[in-house]
Amino acid sequence: MSTPPARRIVVVGGSLGGLRVTEALLAGGWDGEVVVLSDEPHVPYTRPPLSKAALADGPDLATLAFKQRPEAARATWRFGSRAVAADLAARTVTLADGGTLAYDGLVAATGVRARRLPAHIDRTSGAGHVVRTIEDCRALHAELRPGARVVVIGAGFIGCEVAATATGLGCHVTVVAVDESPMLVPLGRAVGDAVRARHERAGVAFRLGVPVASVSGTRGAYSVALSDGTVVDGDVLVQCVGSAPCAEWLEGNGLDLTDGVATDNHLRLGSNAGAVAVGDVARFPNPLFDDVPRRIEHWQTPLETARRAAATLLADLAGAGADPAPFTPLPSFWSDQYDLRLQSFGVPGIADRTEILEGDLDDQAVVGYLRDDRLVGAVLLGLPRRAAAVRKQLLATLSDPAATYAA
Amino acid sequence: MRINVDLALCQNYGQCVFAAPDVFDLDDAGELVHQASADESARADVEAAAMACPVQAITIEG
Repeated sequence: MSTPPARRIVVVGGSLGGLRVTEALLAGGWDGEVVVLSDEPHVPYTRPPLSKAALADGPDLATLAFKQRPEAARATWRFGSRAVAADLAARTVTLADGGTLAYDGLVAATGVRARRLPAHIDRTSGAGHVVRTIEDCRALHAELRPGARVVVIGAGFIGCEVAATATGLGCHVTVVAVDESPMLVPLGRAVGDAVRARHERAGVAFRLGVPVASVSGTRGAYSVALSDGTVVDGDVLVQCVGSAPCAEWLEGNGLDLTDGVATDNHLRLGSNAGAVAVGDVARFPNPLFDDVPRRIEHWQTPLETARRAAATLLADLAGAGADPAPFTPLPSFWSDQYDLRLQSFGVPGIADRTEILEGDLDDQAVVGYLRDDRLVGAVLLGLPRRAAAVRKQLLATLSDPAATYAA
Repeated sequence: MRINVDLALCQNYGQCVFAAPDVFDLDDAGELVHQASADESARADVEAAAMACPVQAITIEG
């Protein structure tokens, strides 16, 4: 008589979301195996500093690595291991090395990768930096020497943070972007212009509202040609043109993979019992706002989705009912640029107008983001002491359609 | 349980304040202040605060 093989959960992705869901599964009573597949060569580490302090000082894995709950050590971590396909019906994952791994439960925690300009624009054969991994950060840090001419393509959060950090290191920075103000899509024009003014005071040059026609050259001698015929030259090139979710490995399962993987509010892939998603790759509806599934690439998302997804998966694998309470996390993020701390709560990007709720955009301010006259987000420029109260007010307003904002 | 915050690491992001407002707060200058210890009943919140800290400045003893 032989004992049946242990049941197995495979977690695809070994960054913050993969770590936290592993901890939550094991702390939540899973007594089978957990196998974590990470395509990075080392333990999970925190990424927000990679465009800020770690970029300024040079990154150190020992400092950046996450403290792990003791439960995480009970999982089997396979580093440098990438999933290339999954068969949700057969419950197998196919690895890049051709091997397959059977599972009882699956977690998609593959996150995002840094985008690059398309090949017809980028004629450098993929030269220039992106900022996503600790290796990316180390390589860029090495080139940010005082006096270096740095061209940052993209004026989103990463582009703005890289610009601020490089300026702080004595580089001459030009930011080139198709949008007409920094962080235009997530935060809107008013806040974007206010942040731009701070960058300009620090010495950053902007070429905004003009698409990049081509990028050529090599390290130490790049040329970025814009569609208006002008050219920006630089020694260092950084592409901060957004991120793309890593969901291709889930193709062929009838899932909606238009932007990450669509899940239900329990974070099940489609409505497949036994398969869930966490972190940046998960596109889930949040009843706090509406029924539109969205991906949220913020710090707290891996942690919050990990708790929810682990509970769902454990219930599904036990044949029990999932938690009937709706999953309504409040998105939040911060950004440090010079001495300015930006903090955001809610989903400012879905607003149709903004309103200054407190203060002055040239100094410190709380900005409300409204959709159909209803507050859906709030952003603080400075005023860190007000963050907890603003967040609480926003939550109260979102939870109660009749509530109004009162600072 | 005792709560330690490495103030050399702390960047006053306030994520702990959102997770455990009874234990952590930001003072009028925006600097973190916190209780030195907390009841067992607050453990889940304090653990959530420690995990939420972007710079992992919070450790829990006991």
